[in-house]
Amino acid sequence: MIELNHYLTVAALLFTLGVCGIILNRKNIIIILMSVELILLSVNINLVAFSSFLGDLTGQVFSLFILTVAAAEAAIGLAILVTYFRNRGSIAVEDINLMKG
Amino acid sequence: MTPLSFALAHSLPEIVLAVGALALLMLGAFGAGKRDWIITEAAIVILGVAFLSMFTQLGDKALIWDGAFVDDSFGRFMKALTLLGSLVTLLLSREFMAREGIDFFEFPVLVLLATLGMCMLISAQSLIALYLGLELMSLALYVIAAFHRDNVRASEAGLKYFVLGALSSGMLLYGSSLLYGFAGTVNFAGIAVALQGGASIGVVFGLVFVMAGLAFKMSVVPFHMWTPDVYEGAPTPVTAFFATAAKVAAVAITVRIVMSAFPGIKPQWQQIVVFISILSMALGAFAAIGQTNIKRLMAYSSIGHMGFALVGLASGVEQGVSGVMIYMAIYVAMTLGTFAAILSMRIGDRYVENIGDLAGLARTNGFMAFVLAMMMFSLAGIPPLAGFFAKWYVFLAAINGNLYGLAVIGMLASTVAAFYYLRIVKIMYFDEPARPFDRVNPEVTAVMAVMGLLVLIFAFFPGPLVVESATAAAKSLF
Repeated sequence: MIELNHYLTVAALLFTLGVCGIILNRKNIIIILMSVELILLSVNINLVAFSSFLGDLTGQVFSLFILTVAAAEAAIGLAILVTYFRNRGSIAVEDINLMKG
Repeated sequence: MTPLSFALAHSLPEIVLAVGALALLMLGAFGAGKRDWIITEAAIVILGVAFLSMFTQLGDKALIWDGAFVDDSFGRFMKALTLLGSLVTLLLSREFMAREGIDFFEFPVLVLLATLGMCMLISAQSLIALYLGLELMSLALYVIAAFHRDNVRASEAGLKYFVLGALSSGMLLYGSSLLYGFAGTVNFAGIAVALQGGASIGVVFGLVFVMAGLAFKMSVVPFHMWTPDVYEGAPTPVTAFFATAAKVAAVAITVRIVMSAFPGIKPQWQQIVVFISILSMALGAFAAIGQTNIKRLMAYSSIGHMGFALVGLASGVEQGVSGVMIYMAIYVAMTLGTFAAILSMRIGDRYVENIGDLAGLARTNGFMAFVLAMMMFSLAGIPPLAGFFAKWYVFLAAINGNLYGLAVIGMLASTVAAFYYLRIVKIMYFDEPARPFDRVNPEVTAVMAVMGLLVLIFAFFPGPLVVESATAAAKSLF
């Protein structure tokens, strides 16, 4: 029998994987965009699991909103990436260093 | 009044902004390209109308749209500041955008959409509304950070802001999902009821993740790393927008969610807020000392100021909430004045950003030097200027909330921070003059004059009004 805990564990693992993908990744910005999607989808697993176990539809409504916003976010991210590539000719993470922060 | 017309009447500012932004988008897309400046003027008018439309419904707290949004005096106060920040940003942006060759009609439309997101965020009363408002604001801000698309610094700023912003909204969402799961509802009032008996471990995790996501938007330590780069790289009016309107909205929702959803777990959130507040004040004080770029210096200064504002929230008392509101009102005035001065730093038709370019400004442009010196004294918190009263009210609240250590650390941090503000005054008044700046545009001069006057005579004119309305508005959260 699959219980709530199992879903939460999977979601937590995917979330950690996504965060690590953003922080540890030294290669390519596309991988960062993929990691962002991973984070958002892990949240969706969480919400749908909670929604099903609570018997309350709000969580599923929330996850639909997240899917919609995630699509817009990916589009804007890729658009900014394209302008950056036009200016620099590279999308390697180690090249994003004009300003030191 | 039917429920629908009641809800519509209470969301009038948002409706004005949404309809206005879409209408201007149509005008820009289908009108002739040569009329782009009209769109900026129209956007300023729309922001003004949205500002005035708030005064049509001055009643008590009104829950609207099935409890997803709330219209109360706290929200109206913060929305007024946000709208003011957006309006002045657009006013300041006109000349800059034209000179840099990026005066496209999309800019005012995106500013309107970001402002709409901020207003929704300030009014949010459930986790879903919070997320949607936050994303509407952030998605528009990512684009305008990279608005100078042929400039490598601006696109780098946009890219950094996007990547870290996406990470932070992911964290906020993960926290929201845990709160929803363990409290059983997304409504702030419902969460407060569910948490009355204390917090389970899941709720504490949710709280930490939500606070991390919001801390990123407020740019407080340890989620501040994007701020200096984005402030430096983005076009200067956009930086002014980030520093005023976006900050006000992020602080407002943080205060609202903490006060209306988590009153039952005060020890838990208080620890987090005290921690980020101390770190931000310290970083803002020390990291700004070595900066040579004035926009970067303002970034560190803003991190420090957010730390001071959070001192009021950390106290957890009603006086603390009104302290945060007063702080943000004064902070917006000081920041707009400073950025108006930064936008006047132009030599031979090129905008410059180095602090060294201000050398001897008192002898070449006495008015601008005086206003900027007032802003610097005020940011440092020297009486009788506005910045002193801002700090006074938050530290008073911290003392009433028995957070003596926090108040002492705050005062020490503000003493250290005074060093770099006073250094700018010294450079302007006592160094040998550098090349004089070009003639300043009248709109920018007007903004400098008004903000300088407000900061200078705060104790007499806007002060009592701001303090009284903030004190009254803070009651709506308790």
